[in-house]
Amino acid sequence: MSAIETTQRLLPDSQVPETLETHTSMFGRRPVVEPHTLLDALDAGGLRGRGGAAFPTGTKWRAVMNHVSSAGAVVIANGAEREPASDKDRTLMLLRPHLVLDGLEHAAETFGARRAIVYTSRADDDVRRSLRVAIGERRLSVDTPVFIEIATGPNRYVAGEETALIARVSGRLAKPRVVPPRPYAEGVDGVPTLVQNVETLAHAALIARRGASWFRSAGTPRTPGTVLLSVTGCVASPGVFEADATATTRDLAGRAGGLIAEPGAVLMGGYSGRWLPAGAIMDIPIDVDALRSAGASLGAGIIAILPVDACGVVETDRVLAYLASESARQCGPCHVGLPALADTFHRVATGRARQGALDTLTRWSEDVLGRGACQHPDGAARFLISGMQVFGADLRQHLRNGACRFSGQPPLLPIPETEAGWW
Amino acid sequence: MVRLRLRVDPIKCKAHGMCDELIPERIRLDDWGYPIIDPRALPPDLLDFARRAARACPRGALSIHAVGEVGARAVPDDAD
Repeated sequence: MSAIETTQRLLPDSQVPETLETHTSMFGRRPVVEPHTLLDALDAGGLRGRGGAAFPTGTKWRAVMNHVSSAGAVVIANGAEREPASDKDRTLMLLRPHLVLDGLEHAAETFGARRAIVYTSRADDDVRRSLRVAIGERRLSVDTPVFIEIATGPNRYVAGEETALIARVSGRLAKPRVVPPRPYAEGVDGVPTLVQNVETLAHAALIARRGASWFRSAGTPRTPGTVLLSVTGCVASPGVFEADATATTRDLAGRAGGLIAEPGAVLMGGYSGRWLPAGAIMDIPIDVDALRSAGASLGAGIIAILPVDACGVVETDRVLAYLASESARQCGPCHVGLPALADTFHRVATGRARQGALDTLTRWSEDVLGRGACQHPDGAARFLISGMQVFGADLRQHLRNGACRFSGQPPLLPIPETEAGWW
Repeated sequence: MVRLRLRVDPIKCKAHGMCDELIPERIRLDDWGYPIIDPRALPPDLLDFARRAARACPRGALSIHAVGEVGARAVPDDAD
């Protein structure tokens, strides 16, 4: 068997959305699985959430299960995908919508949920069209346990955070709230709610059909199964790829058509992830423990490779300004702190900083950790700290001389327009 | 005996700065005037100051909780 066959579980070869008929011929009909059988399989399979936090899926489902009462439950497939460099959730929902919906129906059945919702971002019209067609096909079939709704949220970075998403679905602005209560205890309209990333649900649907040991037949003991990855930067064909955790970043660059320049640094995990020197990460497998030893984590599966002749300082500067502008402006350390950090970093990057600016950046970054209702300030601060470590020498050059000869190049990391409003 | 700690609701807090002087052993202000809470348990001789600081907050953002109570930053979290 070739490597492709062993690692390709979620991504179809075809570039058109799968019909229910194609889906059923490939995977068989969705089986009805006893709740406790499925929970045991999720635990034994070792599936972890693929939205960024890598929380054990079985544990999360059990937390909801323990809170389900006469009020029932709500299940939500989180397809917001607000990381600008990520495209894997959209790709999955677009091309293989039925596998995601299978996972959502399994969750709905497990909890006896009265509502099942797929949450998407407003910009993703093509994804919603694919989902709408797929849901329509399922309504014509006899075995759908629950009416599946599609919900839409604003194109804002934190609008996919689970309490923000729940606020939106409950009819409020899509802003995070303080926890507890956590969604598994009090979610949509106060009802216990499961919010699960769409890729995670697709894996759960396959575990329901094929079992935990099949799931573990790919990957590593600590990162079983396959992972969807968005690979971008200095590769010939950026895109979404599926791999198991024995693959390295260099392998993934190969899958993406190969490196087109010498890599200098890698941003792993997206804009709340971390910069790493290319030499420290390119040959490390994407297994959770191997990455952790290198000071990295995959987040939502984003790998952006910066060529050695690009300016990491301006890339960091642009992303930081974006993250600051994406604060929900609820918590002081975020809505005052992040703009202060971004402004000071910009002054350093453009050679207009005061004495001691680097020390101030370090101190402020540490000060904002853990001080928001959500983890937006933590993500931005850790991203900044990693940029200061990896591009430290460049940063001191910028501090003295302003922009470097690479600073004028077109941005490598995408910076979306910030949308007005939160509904 | 239940061990207690201070906690701030970061959305309610609007940096009035009424708390830190009452219990500098557990609260300092950042450069923008928002309180940074030391999460360690409150010894008996600080409990009264902690209660006064909580009462002094005009936004009702400061409160006292049991140590280890399920709270912010316990998993599961975010968009997993």
